[in-house]
Amino acid sequence: MPETAETGLVTRTQAGLAAAALSSDAADGSGPAARSPARRRRGRRWYRLISPVAVVGLWQAASSTGILPASKLVSPASIAHTAYTLVVTNSPTYGTLQESLLVSFERWAVGFSIGIVVAVLLAVVTGLSRVGETVADPILQALRSIPLLGLIPLFIVWFGIGELPKVLFVMLSALFPMYLNTFAGIRGVDSKLGELGHVLGLRRGEMIRHIVLPGALPQALTGLQLSVISSLLALVVGEQINATSGLGFMITQAQQFLDNSVIMVALIVYAILGLFLNGAVRLLERKALAWRRDFGQ
Amino acid sequence: MASRLRSVKDQEQSAERGVVSPPDPLEPATAASVRGLSRTFGYRTVLDRLDLDIAPGEFIALIGRSGSGKSTLLRALAGLDREVTGQLSVTGPVSVAFQEPRLVPWKKVLANVALGLRATDPEASARTALDEVGLAERASAWPATLSGGEAQRASLARALVREPRLLLLDEPFSALDALTRITMHRLVLSLWTRHRPAVLLVTHDVDEAIALADRVLVLGEGQITHSSPITVPRPRDRDHPDLVALRLRLLTQLGVPAGETD
Repeated sequence: MPETAETGLVTRTQAGLAAAALSSDAADGSGPAARSPARRRRGRRWYRLISPVAVVGLWQAASSTGILPASKLVSPASIAHTAYTLVVTNSPTYGTLQESLLVSFERWAVGFSIGIVVAVLLAVVTGLSRVGETVADPILQALRSIPLLGLIPLFIVWFGIGELPKVLFVMLSALFPMYLNTFAGIRGVDSKLGELGHVLGLRRGEMIRHIVLPGALPQALTGLQLSVISSLLALVVGEQINATSGLGFMITQAQQFLDNSVIMVALIVYAILGLFLNGAVRLLERKALAWRRDFGQ
Repeated sequence: MASRLRSVKDQEQSAERGVVSPPDPLEPATAASVRGLSRTFGYRTVLDRLDLDIAPGEFIALIGRSGSGKSTLLRALAGLDREVTGQLSVTGPVSVAFQEPRLVPWKKVLANVALGLRATDPEASARTALDEVGLAERASAWPATLSGGEAQRASLARALVREPRLLLLDEPFSALDALTRITMHRLVLSLWTRHRPAVLLVTHDVDEAIALADRVLVLGEGQITHSSPITVPRPRDRDHPDLVALRLRLLTQLGVPAGETD
């Protein structure tokens, strides 16, 4: 079809022109190399480190000069030293940092995974069937309005002070954001695509696999992100209850020995863990929603 | 025989749509047959005991003012409307190309065409179909990156790959620019010539109807109020005297008096 080839050509030429305009822009703008805006943005990223580094520098200066007493807030240098010591020595009071991190991470990972799986299963049931929604959704809505942190005393009564209440606590706090968002995502799938699936003769299972679940994915991933945040919070709070191992144990021990620098180290490790997990979810999002990236360009 | 007789009142929705039937020696006389089809929305009657027969391989254009029920009729034929009453029988597989191309955004073009396809090698069939609409090199593109015309071609490929006996086109070209629309008209005609499905093209564009169809129907007051066969051979010259006369007749039917047209 000559017409087809022609339109194709026109489109390509237009794209070429746009690209040419862009690159000449870049060449006029700055530097010898005509870099794409995205690359320039990435190159400039290190600027963002300036202010945090400056704050740490000021903090260190304030500590060194005695303006900031160590009894209130220890200096960055001594935090780093404490961290180093905790890694290389296995003290009877604290154990090692890496061991504690591993224990805490395991608690989080077990609770989080179970919570996410249960949430997705529940959301699929309530999202796809009216009966499921009528039965399960009111219960879940009622449960989620209970402040989880307030459950800690009851959890101790019910499940004791071992691993179970801690993992359950993490699980529940991961469950609700994931459930609510996945449910909303399933219900929000474009009904026109449902019609399309009907016209194409998709069976129920195919409809769920090809239309409903992928359609719910963007919002489910938002839920996943919220679940990461709330479950980490639950971990920090939950594992300080009568813990005998993990970062929470380190913190409670340090509190008894008035060892602020250990508390600071544990908090920083939590923060790094949070950053790392958030980054992982973002990466997953970018991979799973590749079809969307092109909208933003 | 994949004949589907739906007395719509009993909600007899066959799940076995899209069964590919070999050419039947006892081929029925119609690709689709509608008797006494009615549809009301609240107090408004949109289709009022409508009768329609579509012959196998026939290209029908259905025009009407907006709100006249064109799309309602098409949706009923597609099996998307469970609240119509009357008799509706459609022979063999039915395919639909919608006004918006309705490509599944998270599936690449090829997967969109192959979606739900029951062929021995769905992907190969899909590739052939994309080739036919001139979109082979966009097979692995995301739908969001396609132009309007490309998306409609993908949608046509997806409809045609199911080898429909009845192809329903719901104003598929109305959102395209004039040049792309002409290209698409030629493409549809060449595909139709090659595969010979019966086609029901819903459109509000009288010129489009005249350029493409064997028969132009006008829908008004919930019924087919006018039917004009067109015998002028394709490709058709817009200024053919028969077509000029027909255009005026159709516009009058649609309530646009002569002289107000361009």
